[in-house]
Amino acid sequence: MWEYTNKVQQHFMQPQNVGEIEEPSGTGDVGSLACGDALKLTIKVDENDIIVDAKFKTFGCASAIASSSVLTELIKGMSVDEAAKVTNEDIAEALGGLPKEKMHCSVMGREALEAAIADYRGVILPMAQGEVVCECFGVTDLEVVRAIQESGLRSVEEITNFTKAGGGCGKCEDRLRDILQQTVEGLSKKSTPVKEQRMTTLQKIKKIEQVLEREIRPTLKKDGGDIELVDVDGDFVTVSLRGACAGCHSSRTTLKEYVEKKLREQVVDSLIVEEEK
Amino acid sequence: MNCGSDKVIYMDNNATTRIAPEVLEVMMPFLQDCYGNPSSMHTFGGQVGQVVEQARAQIAELLGADPEEIVFTSCGTESDSTAILSALQSQPEHRHIVTTRVEHPAVKNLCETLDMLTGHKHRVTRLMVDADGTLDMDAYQEALTEDTAIVSVMWANNETGVLFPVEEMAAMAKDRGILFHSDAVQAVGKIPINMQENQIDFLSLSGHKLHAPKGVGVLYVRKGTPFFPFLHGGHQENGRRGGTENVASIVGLGRACQLAGEMMDEENTRVRALRDKLEKGLLASIPKSILNGHVENRLPNTSNISFEYVEGEAILLHMNQHGICASSGSACTSGSLEPSHVLRAMGVPFTAAHGSIRFSLSIYNTEEEVDFVLEKMPRIIADLREMSPFWEG
Ligand SMILES: Cc1ncc(COP(=O)(O)O)c(C=O)c1O
Repeated sequence: MWEYTNKVQQHFMQPQNVGEIEEPSGTGDVGSLACGDALKLTIKVDENDIIVDAKFKTFGCASAIASSSVLTELIKGMSVDEAAKVTNEDIAEALGGLPKEKMHCSVMGREALEAAIADYRGVILPMAQGEVVCECFGVTDLEVVRAIQESGLRSVEEITNFTKAGGGCGKCEDRLRDILQQTVEGLSKKSTPVKEQRMTTLQKIKKIEQVLEREIRPTLKKDGGDIELVDVDGDFVTVSLRGACAGCHSSRTTLKEYVEKKLREQVVDSLIVEEEK
Repeated sequence: MNCGSDKVIYMDNNATTRIAPEVLEVMMPFLQDCYGNPSSMHTFGGQVGQVVEQARAQIAELLGADPEEIVFTSCGTESDSTAILSALQSQPEHRHIVTTRVEHPAVKNLCETLDMLTGHKHRVTRLMVDADGTLDMDAYQEALTEDTAIVSVMWANNETGVLFPVEEMAAMAKDRGILFHSDAVQAVGKIPINMQENQIDFLSLSGHKLHAPKGVGVLYVRKGTPFFPFLHGGHQENGRRGGTENVASIVGLGRACQLAGEMMDEENTRVRALRDKLEKGLLASIPKSILNGHVENRLPNTSNISFEYVEGEAILLHMNQHGICASSGSACTSGSLEPSHVLRAMGVPFTAAHGSIRFSLSIYNTEEEVDFVLEKMPRIIADLREMSPFWEG
């Protein structure tokens, strides 16, 4: 059993500001069902740039719900500029602390807030542009670097506690260690350069088709699904999922955790697989 | 410490059980006056040795085994390790193990670290299960090779209660001269087991799952099966397990097995009926709730239900407010970040795996308790769904 503070229990049992604002000024939608927690934050901003209302809907454990609830309390009445400075540490502190394994819940709160503010301001967040390092939970290198910097993380375990990165299959641990080292050394240069690949596009397509045919399709078919290659553009592979996979909530996981991983292993390790929109 | 046991509705009996009053009663003398060492020459200790033998006979009786085939251990986990490592030691030339994807960590994690423990490379085949949690017997047949040292397959799954056809599987292994171990920790005491009617070589059980104390287990070792101890030390247990016996717990386990034999009918009638009432009631009153595991082929006391779009830890904490104790296969409760390996192996979608709750009953549960849970659950789930961004009521 987790050791939750009274404040966490209070916000969990009697969450404040549950719901969704109609016609919100900004919406932040983060997390996913597959990951085990998700938060939709809506804010209402008045003409003076003050957050007059904030509401949340959260899928997740007690600390995720409590973090969301306390976040809405924190930001109500703040100016958007002030709210933009709220950190995950502020959220955790307002709850009297969170178990260290649950810090990612406060990070989710901050991410949702950031997304909602970006939405309100009409800008695109840089986080989404990073390179995914943890495929299980879709965490980018930029998010990891930021968590290291903001919360002074010093181990891979801490990175996992704060961002979830590395908490699934664990394959990205080495990568996380590298990022940690680089960030701590202050030379947080962009990710390690991808190995040189000398494959023509035609060869690449052939190889991708082979792997799809021999390995991926039979596995998906077992679950009543199917996959088709739509396009290959440089490292971008577009596929369409069919049958049971399509529209299934875990289709993104299937795509990233399974299809992309397999193709990276067997074709080129820089491939990015996306679903046809 | 006052833990408030009189106020809880305990439906987490696959995690652990209460010590039966009858069990506690026979244990007490060995925690107080009768503290002799069973190995001692004097009567004061020697007489304690006799009660250990009596307990051995009681356990053998429940299993349809010979007392000589019973080895006391410190827990189910030790029994599992002992069986598998013994089989590998007795056949160092065989480097293949067959098991399943849904084993308890006691077997699963052991198989993952075998190379390190034995210094040899091992190949492990982990049999898949289907959506019901059932094994594919053709795949099992194919997995058995010349190189296979041991098959380790649980009798009943701790999360879903699903039963595997271990007796049939043991016979298939035997045909090929392969040793067979079954982790029957969840099965013993809940369903009849007769070792005379099967060819299983090793069988693990654990005291605290059948109303005996924590920290005592048994490994059944069929006569004639090559055996290598896990704990080397004194000559206790006929040289099969070093360490002074946990006398009080062993005596308790003996009595618990005797009781389990007497209660077997009740477990399979009254407890099953309570479980069924609870399960049917929940599935009927809560929309988007799904049973995990085969409906029929299951332990009589276990029900694993997913409530879609809500998260297990949150459900458990709300249940906790009403004093209801159960477990979840969600990521947040496992301490890892991923939901239960059992549910994932069954292909339970993430929407459901995170919101799975396991109810596991015992002979101490009552119909009033089931009614109370049936009354409280719909509200708990509805409230949490109200809060969920994925729920479109
Ligand atoms: C199937 C199974 N095997 C093994 C064990 C481990 O038993 P013990 O806790 O006595 O080590 C358990 C208990 O959780 C179990 O359910």
